[in-house]
Amino acid sequence: MVKIIGPVLRKIPKIRDVKKQAEKLGERTFEQTRIANVFFSTIADFFLFLGRTTREAFSRDFEFKEFFRQCYLIGYKTLPLISITGLIIGLVLTIQSRPALADFGAVSMLPGMVALSIIREMGPVITALICAGKIGSGMGAELGSMRVTEQIDAMEVSSTNPMRFLVVTRVLAATLMIPILVLYADALGILGSWAGANIKGDVTFVLFFSQAFSVIDFLDLFPAVIKTFFFGAAIGFVGCYKGYNAGRGTESVGKAANSAVVLSSLLVIIIDLVAVQITDML
Amino acid sequence: MAESVPLVKEVIKTPKEVVEIENLSIGFENLKVLDDLSLKLYNGENLVVLGKSGSGKSVLIKCIVRLLMPDSGTVKVLGDDVNEMGRKELAEVRKKIGFLFQSGALYDSMTIKENLEFPLKRVRKDLTKKEMNEKVEEALENVGLSDTLDKMPSQLSGGMRKRVSLARTVVVDPLIMLYDEPTTGLDPITSDEISELINKVQKKYKTSSLIITHDIECARATADRIIMLQNGAVYLEGKVVDFEKSADVLIKSFFR
Ligand SMILES: Nc1ncnc2c1ncn2[C@@H]1O[C@H](COP(=O)(O)OP(=O)(O)O)[C@@H](O)[C@H]1O
Ligand SMILES: [Mg+2]
Repeated sequence: MVKIIGPVLRKIPKIRDVKKQAEKLGERTFEQTRIANVFFSTIADFFLFLGRTTREAFSRDFEFKEFFRQCYLIGYKTLPLISITGLIIGLVLTIQSRPALADFGAVSMLPGMVALSIIREMGPVITALICAGKIGSGMGAELGSMRVTEQIDAMEVSSTNPMRFLVVTRVLAATLMIPILVLYADALGILGSWAGANIKGDVTFVLFFSQAFSVIDFLDLFPAVIKTFFFGAAIGFVGCYKGYNAGRGTESVGKAANSAVVLSSLLVIIIDLVAVQITDML
Repeated sequence: MAESVPLVKEVIKTPKEVVEIENLSIGFENLKVLDDLSLKLYNGENLVVLGKSGSGKSVLIKCIVRLLMPDSGTVKVLGDDVNEMGRKELAEVRKKIGFLFQSGALYDSMTIKENLEFPLKRVRKDLTKKEMNEKVEEALENVGLSDTLDKMPSQLSGGMRKRVSLARTVVVDPLIMLYDEPTTGLDPITSDEISELINKVQKKYKTSSLIITHDIECARATADRIIMLQNGAVYLEGKVVDFEKSADVLIKSFFR
C-alpha cells in the first residue's frame, strides 16, 4: 500500500510550497496592480490637469502681459532654427524628387508637388517637432525649476494663481504661436524649393510660385493649419504639465524637461495621424 | 515708512492667538511626518520652532498657508480654520501672511524690482504706481540693498538673495511672518544680520513671527519662546533660558 501511495503522495505538492507559490503569485499580481494603479492615476492626473487648465483659461483675470511675453519668447527662441530647417527641407525635397519626376517626364509638376508636401505634412510636423524639442523642454525645465525652488509655492501664497499665471499663458501662447511659425516655415520651405529647382533648371521666382500655388487649394491648407493649433496646444500643455508636477529634488528638473520632449513629440505624431484620418474622410 | 493706518487697526482687532494649530497630523505615503501636534502663535511674539532636518518643520508651516493639507487636525489663522475656507477667503488670509521660503524662491526671470512688485501689485491693488515704487525702494533700503533694484536674482549672493526675499515678503505689510530656515546655508556674519532683520521687522511692522530653524544662534537672537519638535510632536516648550538650563540629552546636543 505504502509503496503505491508513497510516490503519489510525493507528487502532490506540499502545502508549504503551494502557499509559497500563491504568495509569489499574489506578490506579482500586487505589483501588477500597483503598476496599473500608477498608470491609471497618471492618466487621470493628466486629464485633471487639462480640465483645470481649461477652466482657468476661461476665468476673468487673464494675465495678458505674461501671455504676450511668452508669445514673444516662443517666436524669438525658435525663429532661427525654424528658418534654417524650413529652407533646407524645401531644398532637399526638391533635389530628391526631381529624378523621380524626370523619369516620368513630369518635372513641371515639381513645384506643385513639393509645395503640397511641405504645406500638408513636412512644414507642420517638422516645425512642431522642433518646437517640442525647444519649447516643450524649455517649459518643462523652467516650471520644473520653479517648482523645485518653491517659486510656484511663493506665487500661490502671494495671491496669484500659478495655474493661471504660468500654465494658461504658456499653453495659449504655444497654441497661437506654433501655427504662425508653421506658416512661416512653409513659406521658407517653398523658397528653399525654388532655390533647389534652380540648381538644375532655370525657373523664375514668379513662375515657380504660380505653378506651386495652382496646385494648392483651400482644402489642402485648411486642415493643415487646424492641426497645427492642436500641435501647439499639445506642446505647451505637456511642457507645463511635466514642469508643474516635477518632483522634489533637483534631478526632477532634468526629468521633467526630458519627458516633456518625449511625450510632446509622440503626441505631435499621434495628432498628425488622427488629423490625416479625419482629412481623408472629408 | 508711511505708517499704514489700516494695518495698526488690524493688529488691535486680531485675537490673542494669531495661529492656533490643534492635533495636526500629516504624512506622505508610508512616512508619518507630524503626529498630533498642537501649538499656538501669540500676537506680537517671535516663536522659534527648533528641530533637526527632516523633522517636518517646513511641512508644518506649509500647513499654515494651506500649501499642504493635513490628514487630520485644525489650523486656525486669525480665528478661522484655513482648511475649511473657500478660495476667496483663503486668498484674503494669505494676504496677511508673509512666507519666507527656505530657498528664497526669488523669481528667476524677473529683476529684483519686479520681484518685489509682483506680490505688491496683487495684494495691494489700492496703491498708485508712485506709492508702489516708494514701498519697493523702502523695503530694499530696510535690508540694505537699494542698489540692486535692476539686477537679476542670479547676480546676487546667497545672503543678498535671502535679504531680497525678506524684503519681498514684508513689502505687503503682513501681520504674520513665517520664516523657513532664514539663516541656513549662510555664514555666521550674514546669519546675524538676518536675525537682526527679523527682530527689526517684528518691531517695525508689529508682526507675529514663526521662525523655523536648526540654527541655535538665530534662535537665541530672535526667540521670545521656543518649541522643540521631535518625532512629529512637541518635545519641549519654553524660554531660551529653559532650554539653556535643560539637562536633556537631545536639547543639550542643540544648545552646546
Ligand atoms: N510634498 C512632499 N511629498 C512627500 N514627502 C514630503 C513632502 N514634503 C516633505 N516631505 C517629507 O517630509 C519630511 C519632512 O520634511 P521637511 O518638513 O521639509 O523637513 P525639515 O524639518 O527639514 O524642513 C521629509 O522626510 C520629507 O522628505
Ligand atoms: Mg525645511
